[in-house]
Amino acid sequence: MSGPVFEVDDLRAHYLTRFGQKIQAVDGVSFSLKAGEILGIAGESGCGKTTLVSACMGLYIPPLHLSGGDVRIEGKSILGVNSETNRREVLGKKISMIPQGALNSLNPTRKVKDLASDMIRSHDEAKDKKALYARLRERFQKLGMPADEVLNAYPVELPAGMKQRVVIGISTLLDPRVVIADEPTSALDVSTQKSVIKLLFELMDQGIIGSMLFITHELPLLRHVANRIAVMYAGEFVELGTTEQVIFDPRQPYTKALMGSMLSAEPGHPGQKPVAIEGAPPNLAQPIQGCRFAQRCPTKQPDCTVNRQGLRVAFDRQVRCDHAR
Amino acid sequence: MPGEPKFEAKELSRSYGHGKKRIEAVKNVSFTIADKDIVSVVGQSGCGKTVLAKMLLRLETPTSGSLSFNGKPIASEPDLRRHFRSVQAVFQDPFSAFNQFFTIKSQLRSCFKLFEQKPSAEEVEARVDGALRAVNIEPKEIEGKYPFELSGGQMQRMLLARIFILRPEVLIADEPTSMVDACSRANILDYLMKLKRELEMTIVFITHDIGLACYVSDAIFIMHRGEIIEQGPPDRVTRSPTSPVTKQLLEDIPDIHQPWLRRTAT
Amino acid sequence: MRLLKSLFKSPFFVLGTSLFVLTLSFALLGPLFLNVDVNTRAGLAYMAPSARHWLGTDHMGVDMISMLISGLRSSLYVGFLAGSVATTLGTLIGLYGGYKGGLIDDVLTAGTNLFLVIPSLIVLILLSASIDNGRSLTLIALIIGCTTWTWSARAVRAQAASLRSRDHVALARINGYGTLGIVFLHVMPYLLSYIFMVFILQMAAGILSEASLSMLGLGPYDSVSLGKILNEAKTNEALTDGAWWAFAPAMVLITTVVFSLYIINTSLEGVFNPRLRK
Repeated sequence: MSGPVFEVDDLRAHYLTRFGQKIQAVDGVSFSLKAGEILGIAGESGCGKTTLVSACMGLYIPPLHLSGGDVRIEGKSILGVNSETNRREVLGKKISMIPQGALNSLNPTRKVKDLASDMIRSHDEAKDKKALYARLRERFQKLGMPADEVLNAYPVELPAGMKQRVVIGISTLLDPRVVIADEPTSALDVSTQKSVIKLLFELMDQGIIGSMLFITHELPLLRHVANRIAVMYAGEFVELGTTEQVIFDPRQPYTKALMGSMLSAEPGHPGQKPVAIEGAPPNLAQPIQGCRFAQRCPTKQPDCTVNRQGLRVAFDRQVRCDHAR
Repeated sequence: MPGEPKFEAKELSRSYGHGKKRIEAVKNVSFTIADKDIVSVVGQSGCGKTVLAKMLLRLETPTSGSLSFNGKPIASEPDLRRHFRSVQAVFQDPFSAFNQFFTIKSQLRSCFKLFEQKPSAEEVEARVDGALRAVNIEPKEIEGKYPFELSGGQMQRMLLARIFILRPEVLIADEPTSMVDACSRANILDYLMKLKRELEMTIVFITHDIGLACYVSDAIFIMHRGEIIEQGPPDRVTRSPTSPVTKQLLEDIPDIHQPWLRRTAT
Repeated sequence: MRLLKSLFKSPFFVLGTSLFVLTLSFALLGPLFLNVDVNTRAGLAYMAPSARHWLGTDHMGVDMISMLISGLRSSLYVGFLAGSVATTLGTLIGLYGGYKGGLIDDVLTAGTNLFLVIPSLIVLILLSASIDNGRSLTLIALIIGCTTWTWSARAVRAQAASLRSRDHVALARINGYGTLGIVFLHVMPYLLSYIFMVFILQMAAGILSEASLSMLGLGPYDSVSLGKILNEAKTNEALTDGAWWAFAPAMVLITTVVFSLYIINTSLEGVFNPRLRK
């Protein structure tokens, strides 16, 4: 089908603290995904990427609230529905999440097959037990797991890598159109990480997953996983382009600093010395005038602290910097 | 004495528990750390690199094998404080590394507990202030402040300020950049280089980031499941590793300049 | 004082503290407003409540309210002293064993377990019984404190052991701090809120222990205590006589005090343990 599978349109979300402060954690994020595409979100802790995940999935549980904007899957908005409809129609079916830390997200008191059945049953796709089990078995085998063994085990009996596969298996049981992977491999060693990413690729290639949002702070991983990369800073995207562009030819100053901090084991690469940037990300509870990165920017111009930088199209991509070169 | 190895280990091991529950955190490692070198110990979490670091610090005792410091067995110095005068550390998480109940300055002053003859109050103050300036912090900035009042970057520099105060021969840096944001990482590396240059320090750099290790080190030890599976200069280790485990590890680590995994469709 | 603010947001804390403060005021301020005299026969035995004696008189004709105030003061005193002794002993042992680990910890734990297993009530009874005429409130409190510290020791030990491997403790070690310095400067401060909660529970336990002892006739020799009041009521068959004022108020007081301490403890747990917060 033509047209984007996943559209996020000027999405804004904020937190209301106990003391009445409003923190605009996501402030105008827009992007779209085609079928088969992986968009990577790069950013450091506090940039808003975790909030973005909840916001994209329509999970507005206080103190998180929707400020504005829209999220559409296959053309239809998923916001503005009550939480019951959201749970039944949207979560798991249209959009699903693979969380960080598989070790904590599986209920240890139930067998894997029961956890998986719950997923199917909670979406009103009630089937008889035998057919259900057969379906689980087929899917788990497709994902390269010894199905009978894994389905009848408790999560604690499985090693970390297998647990992550189970999490992926359950999250994608209903063939979601969009999958958000939030640091899915950060707790795994490199070999397991590779096999988990391989699995995600296979799921995409087989059409079980429509498109994917991959969030991580590990940039080299993003380079090999994502088709396009969006760099997030202080609640907004500062650069959005193809992987090659963002990693090897960054234009926005923060992106440059971020990409410059990567060091390769391959010796002798030019520009290997990371550049230090002082300061810390701004406090989002206070209103900020001008560019959010201006305070720390090595190429700051006088008007940077005055004019709000908009995301403009330049150098074949989107950049949030009037002075980028 | 120049040329004399700082640390020398032979079949060094550290295990916990007994019988079936025995965990061998460090298994029969042997190595030499040369004076004034920067040596990186690279490995995934759980590979034993932190336990190894603690043995060099004498915060853990080996269960078997030998470890010598400056040519003498490491346990031969009965006064631990003397050892800590020569071997110091910076830790990964700057917030959990300090006591949250005391001001940061008083904690910096407490370094002087290691000195047999405590200098006068003025000298203590002068040395603390000097160390703070060495990490680009004005002493007034942190006067009377508690750890939670400072940023992560500032706290990490407090850990380094300690080292400028104590001036040990050896610094064990346990993942000093892992919890620091990408923009500040270069700062930490610069200070480490400064320590090596100006104070001729031997640095043992613990990390999981092999790119970072190659950037700073004279030698790399690659640790996997308690053993050192590869050691040598960074170029040699990454270009022509001898162990198949190392080869596999290097292939599995995503590097922006190396091919890693391809999607069949796109 | 964000801590106080969040404490006062908890209904349990407000309830518990109010109850406790109320009872404490009754005990401390009562004598200022009411005529507390436990030595005079103000009336006949077991006189029912009247305008003159709001809660009647006891088996000796002494004004009941006077007895209750006096008894409450004693019980609170014993609770406080026993609680302090038990908490101090238990904390010191728990901190040291928990931090040191290894052989020292094993020895201290074995010792604690030994004390735990010996029925403290039996020890209390034996010790109390052998000191007949000198059985003062203070002595009873001390005995209770010295036999009930085991619970604090185990609780604190577990917490101290978990702090042993923290980075700031490692830093203190490489700064040259010795065991004593680390235990008191780097471990204990982190456990102060926990130790306070332990103290509250030990205090409640102390009050109950004293009541039990007195019910067995081993209470303080020359003071009034709430348990002693109950014991007298039992001995003099107040129940069959229908003299409810001889025991019911005392029971209510003991229950209120202990209950208020327990719910203060629960509310503190909610505030101090972030995982329990909603």
